[in-house]
Amino acid sequence: MELLDGELELREIQKLEGHTDRVWSLAWNPAATGVAGMLASCSGDKTVRIWQKGPSGSWNCSSVLEDTHTRTVRSCAWSPSGKLLATASFDGTTAVWEHVGGEFECVATLEGHENEVKSVSWNASGSLLATCARDKTVWIWEAQPGNEFECVSVLQGHTQDVKMVQWHPFLDILVSVGYDNSVKVWTEDGDDDWHCVLTLGEANSGHTSTVWALSFNSAGDRMVTCSDDLTLKIWDTSQNPSETSGDGNGSWSHLCTLSGYHDRTIFSVHWSREGLIASGAADDAIRLFTESKDSLVDQPSYKMLVKKEKAHDMDVNSVQWNMKEPRLLASASDDGTIKIWELSVVSK
Amino acid sequence: MVVGLLNANPIVYKKKERRARNVPTVIDEYAVEPIDEQEIFDYIRDIKDPEHPYSLEELKVVTEDSIEANDKQSYVRVTFTPTIEHCSMATLIGLCLRVKLMRSLPSRYKVDIRVAPGRHATEAEVNKQLNDKERVAAALENPNLLELVDSCLESTYA
Repeated sequence: MELLDGELELREIQKLEGHTDRVWSLAWNPAATGVAGMLASCSGDKTVRIWQKGPSGSWNCSSVLEDTHTRTVRSCAWSPSGKLLATASFDGTTAVWEHVGGEFECVATLEGHENEVKSVSWNASGSLLATCARDKTVWIWEAQPGNEFECVSVLQGHTQDVKMVQWHPFLDILVSVGYDNSVKVWTEDGDDDWHCVLTLGEANSGHTSTVWALSFNSAGDRMVTCSDDLTLKIWDTSQNPSETSGDGNGSWSHLCTLSGYHDRTIFSVHWSREGLIASGAADDAIRLFTESKDSLVDQPSYKMLVKKEKAHDMDVNSVQWNMKEPRLLASASDDGTIKIWELSVVSK
Repeated sequence: MVVGLLNANPIVYKKKERRARNVPTVIDEYAVEPIDEQEIFDYIRDIKDPEHPYSLEELKVVTEDSIEANDKQSYVRVTFTPTIEHCSMATLIGLCLRVKLMRSLPSRYKVDIRVAPGRHATEAEVNKQLNDKERVAAALENPNLLELVDSCLESTYA
């Protein structure tokens, strides 16, 4: 990665304004590239906005998805095909929107959680959707023909508010994190029964306060988690936890902890295809980390490459790398704005 | 709702005289005046206790000394003392403090609200909840709770 040999900076390309309350979360459409680049954002203003890159290269709001959620929209996620967008809301529901002919239509509403839904995630094939809520449960929904979604499992195990669910990049392994400081890993046993096969808590060198988010690297053999305890943690996820659990060997394990970099809660973390980890925190800053080249084989270490202070005027709630253009980063903030950044080498 | 008061006979203290702010003689009248502990105290001292007709100042839930303010770093920390150790109103009082400061301070401010160490049975839980902005945001979307908070804050907008 030749970029990493020079001094790097995050250059602000554009500030996207339109939301009238804090922006909680962002999702790049995996299918749309180039001129058709597309970003979804969701907010405390109860709406979802779709931003598209125009021919001039600037980003504009092309749709506002409103009048469906009655409370904060906390999380949004595109299906792998890029045709469906799922949105999770404090109103207790998850909506699924279909993109047809430039318009977004709400084609399904998933009800069942007792209270605020905090996060939604599609599996790699788009056949399964996971949601989690303040009611301490994680639900798995199966996509049926005709935009029907059937709940196939209600997973209990977290003792508090579940903050985020995220599927492995290509395996049907689900990870959930939450207010009980734990990371839980769920897999199916072949009989449509889902189980928690692994819990990563304080006893496994895990977090000591709320875990807000997680992200896998593109190979799926490592995972990063971020927390209110002001640390990032890197985990080895190269073993299949359902095959190795029980004997105590070969399961997911803690690799290293990045501490001393963040001053306030870390709300968001995202691993780029090129191996860069971005974090967004309550100190208004965005930081980028990468693995040290000189780190020992059995003891990887990570170093900070870039710290963008005052990236926003308030807390940074979400950071998301673009999948197609790996040096393009989007961030969302309590200040109501979204920013598009480009990672580039500082010109001397 | 609990029948009867949680703390039926709270000790009521005298209100402090509202001091004129101790600011050096104004040379440049357009100069920005930094926000200090006294100003923060003035924002929150008149918040009404959820179950008594007294202010948080009168019940010594907050004092000027329990506030730490740093204008340069845009940081405020308020440490409050519930009237009794098992006070189930602690979270609500903390929420009132947070909402009042959210509405009064410039948005660049970072605010931490904490229970005085050793002064509440579930101190860690109360602190964690009050400083989880997602749960605070969700709580404030509950109309009944917001009404309760607003009724405690009413007296501070006089």
